[in-house]
Amino acid sequence: MSTAISTTEEVHAHGHDHGHDHEHEHHELGFIRKYIFSEDHKTIAKQYLISGILWAFIGGSLSIIFRLQLGFPDMSLEWLRPILGEWIDESGKLDKEFYLALVTMHGTIMVFFVLTAGLSGTFSNFLIPLQIGARDMASGFINMLSYWFFALSSVIMFSSLFIETGPASGGWVIYPPLSALPQAMPGSGLGMTLWLTSMALFIVSQLMGGINYICTIINLRTRGMTFTKMPLTIWSFFFTAVLGLLSFPVLLSAALLLIFDRSFGTSFYLSEIYIQGQALPNMGGSPILYQHLFWFLGHPEVYIVLLPALGMTSEVIATNSRKPIFGYRAMIGSMMGITVLAFIVWAHHMFVTGMNPFLGSVFMFLTLIIAVPSAVKGFNYITTLWKGNIVFTPAMLFSIGLVSLFISGGVTGIILGNSALDINLHDTYFVVAHFHLVMGAASFFGLMAGVYHWFPKMFGRMMNKTAGYIHFWLTFVGVYAVFFPMHYTGIAGFPRRYYSFTALGNDGEAAFTDLNAFISLAAIITFTAQAIFFFNFFYSIFKGKRATQNPWKSNTLEWTTPIVPGHGNWEGEIPAVYRWPYDYSKPGSEADFIPQTIPHSATPESNLPEENDEIAKEKEIESLLAAQNESYNR
Amino acid sequence: MSVAHAAPSVPENLTWTGGSEPLKASYGKLMMWFFLLSDTFTFSALLVTYGMIRFSQPAWEGSPSDFYFSTQHWPIPEKVFEAVPFLHGISLPLVFVGIMTFILIASSVTMVLAVEAGHRGDRKDVEKWMLWTIVGGFTFLGSQAWEWSHFIHGPEDLSLAAKQLVDGVMTPIEGANLVRNPYGPPAFADLFFFITGFHGTHVFSGVILNILIFFNAATGVYERRGHYEMVEKVGLYWHFVDLVWVFVFTFFYLV
Repeated sequence: MSTAISTTEEVHAHGHDHGHDHEHEHHELGFIRKYIFSEDHKTIAKQYLISGILWAFIGGSLSIIFRLQLGFPDMSLEWLRPILGEWIDESGKLDKEFYLALVTMHGTIMVFFVLTAGLSGTFSNFLIPLQIGARDMASGFINMLSYWFFALSSVIMFSSLFIETGPASGGWVIYPPLSALPQAMPGSGLGMTLWLTSMALFIVSQLMGGINYICTIINLRTRGMTFTKMPLTIWSFFFTAVLGLLSFPVLLSAALLLIFDRSFGTSFYLSEIYIQGQALPNMGGSPILYQHLFWFLGHPEVYIVLLPALGMTSEVIATNSRKPIFGYRAMIGSMMGITVLAFIVWAHHMFVTGMNPFLGSVFMFLTLIIAVPSAVKGFNYITTLWKGNIVFTPAMLFSIGLVSLFISGGVTGIILGNSALDINLHDTYFVVAHFHLVMGAASFFGLMAGVYHWFPKMFGRMMNKTAGYIHFWLTFVGVYAVFFPMHYTGIAGFPRRYYSFTALGNDGEAAFTDLNAFISLAAIITFTAQAIFFFNFFYSIFKGKRATQNPWKSNTLEWTTPIVPGHGNWEGEIPAVYRWPYDYSKPGSEADFIPQTIPHSATPESNLPEENDEIAKEKEIESLLAAQNESYNR
Repeated sequence: MSVAHAAPSVPENLTWTGGSEPLKASYGKLMMWFFLLSDTFTFSALLVTYGMIRFSQPAWEGSPSDFYFSTQHWPIPEKVFEAVPFLHGISLPLVFVGIMTFILIASSVTMVLAVEAGHRGDRKDVEKWMLWTIVGGFTFLGSQAWEWSHFIHGPEDLSLAAKQLVDGVMTPIEGANLVRNPYGPPAFADLFFFITGFHGTHVFSGVILNILIFFNAATGVYERRGHYEMVEKVGLYWHFVDLVWVFVFTFFYLV
C-alpha cells in the first residue's frame, strides 16, 4: 500500500515540472480577452449566468404585468404608462394585443433564455471541466462563439420588445397560420421576424455549446474518471447536450420553413385561408406539420430545461445529506430513459389537433411510461434524504424544494398525458399549473440550488445564508400559492392566454375572481422576493464572506482546485480519480467524506471487499498520466 | 514515417478510464461527427416535411404515357426532369441529375484520396486531390444552377404547362417560382427549391471549406503542423453532404 502512495507522489512530483511549463505558456490577458471575449469556461459560465439572471427579471416582470390584468381586470393601469406608453389604451387598460405579446415573450424568455441558456449554459460550462478534471472545454473558441451567438440573439429578442407593432404574440409555440401571416395580428409582423431571427441564432449557439459539452465529456476526463465515476451532474449535462443536439436542428428547419412562408410566399404551413374577407392563394401546406416539427423540439426542450436541474439536485442532496446518492446507476438509467422517451412523446401536445385516436393512444402510452423513470428519480432523492445527516444550506433547501415541485407537478402530468382527459384540460390553466410546477419552478429551483451551491467556486466568496433562507421560503411558499390554485381554475375551464374571462358561462368568472386575485398577489410577492436573491448575489460577488476551499465538504473534483481557480483550473498536475463521487459517511472512515482523489489504497479501514480490487487498478490509472499530458500538448 | 494524427496509445482495457481519447478521435473530429449527427436531423425534418406534403396531395392515377402537367396532381419526376444541356429537345428522363449525382460521388472519391494522401503526409497529392474535389464541387453547383434555371423557365411548349384560373380563363402558368409552378402544385416547386437549395448551400459551404483546406495545404500549414487532420474533418463533412444528396435525390427524383 505504501508503495502505491509513494508512486503517486513521484508521479505528482514529476508531473509538476510539466505543469509548471504549462503555466508559463499563457501570460496575463487584456481586459477584453479576459472578461468579454473570454475563452475560459468559468468566465463564459458567469456570462451565461448573469445574462440569465437579467433575462429572468425581464421575463418575470412581463408575467407580473399580465397577472395584474388577470387578477384585477378592473384596475386602472394608467401608472404603467411611463413604461408601457401606448400599450396602455385610452381607458387605462392593458392593450389586448400587447397582452398576447406579454404571454408570448414571457414563455419564450423563460424557456429559452433563462432555463436553457441561463441554466445549462451556466452550469454545463462551469462544472463539466471542473468536475471531470479538464483544463477547459474541448474548444474554448467555439465555446466563446456559443456565448456570443446567444448574446446576439438576446439583443435581437430584447429589441423586439420595443418596436411599434410589438414583439411576437402568437404564443411561445408560434403556431402558423397565426404566426405566418403578418396581417393576422400586429405581433406577426416585424416582431415575429425578429423572433425567428433571434431563435435561429439561439439554435446555432446551442449547437456549438452542445457539441462542446459532449466532446469534452468524452475526451477530456482525467485519468481514472470512468463514465461510472462521473458525478450525476455531468451525466445530466451529457444527456441534456444530446437532447439539444438532436432536437434543436428540427426547430431550425421548422423556423426556416416558417421564414419562407412569411417572407417568400411559399405554402409549407398554409392552405385555404380566408383572412379579413380575402382568400389567400396559399394551397397545399399543413399547419399541423409545423406542430409536429415544433414539438419534436418542444418536448425534448422541457427535459433540456429539467435534466440539468435534476443532476445538480442529485449532487447537492447527496452532499448535504452526507449520504451516498441512493441508486447511482438507477439515476443514470432513469435519465437515459427520459432522454430516449423525450423524443417519442411529442404528439401528446397535439391530442386535440384531430389526430387519429389510435395514434393518440400510442403517444399516450409512451408518455405515461415517462412516469417510471421520473418516479425512480423522485424515490431516489427521498431515499437519499432518508436518515441522512441533513445540512440545511440554502442550496439544499432549494434542492428539496425541487423534489417537492417535481413530484406535485409530475402527478398532474399523468392526468394530462391521458388523451381522453386532455380533451377537457387542453389549453386551460391546469396545463399552465402543471408545466410551471414540474418544469418551470422545478428547474428554477435547480438553478437556484446550483447558484447557492457553486457560488463559492465561482467567485471565491459565500452568499449570505440568512438571506438565502428568506429567499427560499418566500419563493417556495410563493410558487405553490401561485400555481396550485391554477389547477382549480383550469378544471373550471379557464383557458390560458385569454385576456379576460367575461365569456365564461355559469358565473364562472365571478366564482373565481378572488382566486385569480390571490394568484396575482402571490405572484407579485414571489417576484418581489427575488430581489433578495438579486442583491445577495451581486453584493456577495464583491463583499461576501471569503470562501474556504471546500465549504460543503464535498467529494467532487472542483473543490480540489484553488479557491479561485485560474486559467487551466489546477496548478500543476490535474488530479487523478480513484473512486465514485458519493463516498459520504462511509462506515469505517473517520472523515464523513472521502474525495474522489483519495485512492482506495489510502483508506483500507473503510474499503468494501470489492473495493480492495480497485487498489490493483490504481497503478493502471497512474500509468495514464503520460497519455493525458500528451493529449494536452498536441 | 507516419504523420497520422494518432491519439496517445493506452492499453485496450483502459480506453474509457479517462486521460485519453476513448474513440481514438481528437475532439475536433468528434465535434464534426456530432455536428453531422445534428445536421442529419435538420435534413430529416425537411424530408419529413416533403413526405407529409407529398402524400397529402393527389398522385397521378392514369398511365404515365397519358400524364399531363396540372396543379391537380403531383407531377411524375421523370416528366419534369428530362432535359440535358446541349441535347435540346430530346427526352432523357433523369439523365442529367444522374450525371450530377455521379459527379458528386466522384468528388467524394477524390476526397478519400486526399485524406489518404494526408495520412502519408504527401503534400503534393493532398493538393492534387483537394483540387479535384473542389472542381467536382463547383461542377455540381454549376449543374444545379442549370437544373434550377431550366426548372424556373418551365416547359418550353407553353401549352404543356399546368393551367390556372386568371380572370375566369384557364391560362398556362409561365415559369416556376415559390408561388406558382407550371409542372404541378406550387408545393412541388416550394419543396424543390427549398430542399435542393438548402443542400446546395451545404455543398457551397463545403466547397469554401475545401478551398481553405487546399490553400492551407498548399502553403504548407499542415506540413508544419505535422498532420493533415483538417483534411479528414472537412472530408467527413463532404461525405455527409454527398450522403444527404443521395436521400434528396431519392425523394425528389425517384419517389
